[in-house]
Amino acid sequence: MLKVLPTLLLSTITCVFSAPILYADDVTPKAVIENYANLVHAEFSDTLVAAKNLQTKVDAFITKPTEATHTAAKQAWLAARVPYSQTEVFRFGNPNIDEWEGSVNAWPLDEGLIDYVKSDAYEHEEGNQFATANIIAGTEPITAELLTSYQEKGGSEANVATGYHAVEFLLWGQDFNQDPKAAGTRNYTDFVQGTECTHKNCERRAQYLKTATDLLIADLSKMEQDWAPDQVNYRKSFLAFEETEALRRILFGMGSLSLGELAGERMNVALLAHSQEDEHSCFSDNTHNDILSNVQGINNVFNGSYQRTDGTTLKGASLAELLASKDKALSAELEQNLNATKATAEDIVKAASNGEPFDQQIAAENSAGNDRVKATIAALRTQTASIEAAAKALGVSNLSPETSDSLQ
Amino acid sequence: MKLAKTLLLGGLILSPVANSNEPSPADRHLSGGATTVLDKSSNAFSLPANNLSILRRDNFFIGNAFFRQPWVIAPSSTSARDGLGPLFNSNSCQGCHVKDGKGHPPLTREDSFLSTLVRVSIPAETAEQKALLITIGVVPEPNYGDQIQPNSITGLKGEATPSFDYEEVAGQFKDGETYALLKPKLKLEQLNYGALHPQAQLSARVAPVMIGMGLLEAIPEADLLALADPDDKNADGISGRSNQVWDVKAQKTVLGRFGWKSNQPTVAQQSAGAFHGDIGISSPLFSSTPCTPTQADCLKAPDGGQPEINQELMDMVTFYASLLAVPARREMNDPEVLKGERLFKQANCSACHIPELKTGVKPDFPELENQKIQPFTDLLLHDMGDGLADQRPDFLATGSEWRTAPLWGIGLIETVNGHTRFLHDGRARNLMEAILWHGGEAERSRENVLNMSKEERAALLRFLNSL
Repeated sequence: MLKVLPTLLLSTITCVFSAPILYADDVTPKAVIENYANLVHAEFSDTLVAAKNLQTKVDAFITKPTEATHTAAKQAWLAARVPYSQTEVFRFGNPNIDEWEGSVNAWPLDEGLIDYVKSDAYEHEEGNQFATANIIAGTEPITAELLTSYQEKGGSEANVATGYHAVEFLLWGQDFNQDPKAAGTRNYTDFVQGTECTHKNCERRAQYLKTATDLLIADLSKMEQDWAPDQVNYRKSFLAFEETEALRRILFGMGSLSLGELAGERMNVALLAHSQEDEHSCFSDNTHNDILSNVQGINNVFNGSYQRTDGTTLKGASLAELLASKDKALSAELEQNLNATKATAEDIVKAASNGEPFDQQIAAENSAGNDRVKATIAALRTQTASIEAAAKALGVSNLSPETSDSLQ
Repeated sequence: MKLAKTLLLGGLILSPVANSNEPSPADRHLSGGATTVLDKSSNAFSLPANNLSILRRDNFFIGNAFFRQPWVIAPSSTSARDGLGPLFNSNSCQGCHVKDGKGHPPLTREDSFLSTLVRVSIPAETAEQKALLITIGVVPEPNYGDQIQPNSITGLKGEATPSFDYEEVAGQFKDGETYALLKPKLKLEQLNYGALHPQAQLSARVAPVMIGMGLLEAIPEADLLALADPDDKNADGISGRSNQVWDVKAQKTVLGRFGWKSNQPTVAQQSAGAFHGDIGISSPLFSSTPCTPTQADCLKAPDGGQPEINQELMDMVTFYASLLAVPARREMNDPEVLKGERLFKQANCSACHIPELKTGVKPDFPELENQKIQPFTDLLLHDMGDGLADQRPDFLATGSEWRTAPLWGIGLIETVNGHTRFLHDGRARNLMEAILWHGGEAERSRENVLNMSKEERAALLRFLNSL
């Protein structure tokens, strides 16, 4: 009798204070938030592993520059982007990522900051006194510190010296689009030491490529550590937030990537300007894959699952289930919208695989390509409306980057 | 009991949002009302309004992209972004409006005039010229127009090269501490399109900060006019008056709000005007070439289509410029800052630098409506004395009148832009120098500051830096 009573009392107290809502078995906000942290860590871990593979291939390329080692390095870069692009949904709501993101993914960049450019095919920000700085042709010792010092130098966001796209530029070179199907056409001989070196400064160019890749690894490691379990890091503080706050960060990331960043900045700008200069991965013509991976990242969060690079699937309590417990129809609607968006993104990828890269799909004369891109933009807008509705249903009344009690 | 706490907290978050008329003491730091962001990094001026919903953020980021990316010479494969110049100051908005912050004059011998532009004009004498004062506000100089564009597309020469010489002007506070001000002398050299008109009026202007422009546009006109006192009826020495300027779209004279002399009525017109004059990009609102009739080569150069920026993109840039967030005040409860705030009021700075205003209705911009804001401006013209005069009238503004500069964000300019140059031509090297240049209607306030003790002056500066 005595043993049973406290339990009865406890459950009575719980009933008095809990809101009159029933959760599906095991899917509580806490479980969803914890699973999210696991997803973030898994995705950044995979990102780091893939980047280390890129580092290996870059080192091999620099040691022995050939057509084959060049191709291998480029392929490793492309592969490294797949997990990274899925992590972009974790931005916007999590300030630790926003503060760090510029070092690893800033774009577009004024190429002339880093290396030689074809002068009649180079558009850069007037007044960016470093737009033709050509670090590689200079004499400053190429170190991580030097590269970091050039990042946003003089206040210009076009000065990008580090991160994925700096490495991309070094591996592919400018994309002149002489062959619409082709991406940047830098020759491996730009890295050959000695008399066979093309475009001079091969030693420094190799040094830059290595330094930028190593720095990328270092930066990615930091973020992987910031989300690792059992440490005093951002993950720890994230898991200690009020549930509504954590959910706000999760949903704000989804909504911001979906419309503002992906549909808006990355797709609609390039489309409206019909401009390759606005393409996310303009040197490698990999933008179609960036788009699909961004979309996948949002879906990962909704479904509480992530397919790892090694093929295994991480799965846990999902937003989908949590939302369904509050509003089944809305959850189904959001799922439908996310799937519809993914289908439109797959259309873009298919066209690119058939020799029509993103920068051709946005070209002024290409109405079929434009329509394909517009379809994805429209689908992203539709899903964003559902994300906003989902936030309300989940008790996040103010879906914005900061509320009066968010951390500074 | 965790759930109960969440519910209570949820309630607390809801109340300030529901009743946006009276900010509770806890919200006094929200200088831009609900648009305010807490960022105090170098990005503090470049963020979307905090209350901009995710469903409306795409146009902000699209507008941002067109603000940031370079425009190119026509003809180009990048056809939607060609048409630069033929004469221009910068090839992108961002080039001068670095991180949406404040421009500056050259800081060293090697530094350029990039974020400072020189306006030019001649006095109105004929009837025809006087008519221009209604529709343009100034009479353009015959060869150079209303603005010097130092840069040009290949094959053309830029208009001229401006430079500053400075003369030091010494003074001292009542307590004996000395100060030095820099009086600039503007020069124009390498005039490539003929001699300047003998009565040319020149005025150097740095790029002003871009935060809160939409909010300023949303202040009801009646509220601003109520602050005006052109005949100084209350004999306090302050006689602010509105500038009345030409609205190109409406084809009529309206209240001016933007620009160093309040010569632009709306963000839309200001933005289109800047595209036209600073980058040489035509729009539906300003479809003409930026070349003057005497600049033959300029007139012959190919354009980037008609217009070079279409209305859809123009609207997105205007959307962006209207919805830049205002950063929150910092350290506002620090005793020294509070002391400085009292001194600010005692010196009557707040007579023109109005601490608090309210926005009204603004169609298509619900984020900006009914917000209590702290811009520290009345958007009115004030005679600032001979020292600051540029002798270049603009619409109703005389050669010695200037718009009260908004002070919000002023404490973050150093973080955002890496300098502390203030006033229209950036002559003041710090905030105290800016105060010391205040003459004319502000003379009494300046005297008040000159008489302050060292501690009081420090407190005043701490207050200003908290904005």
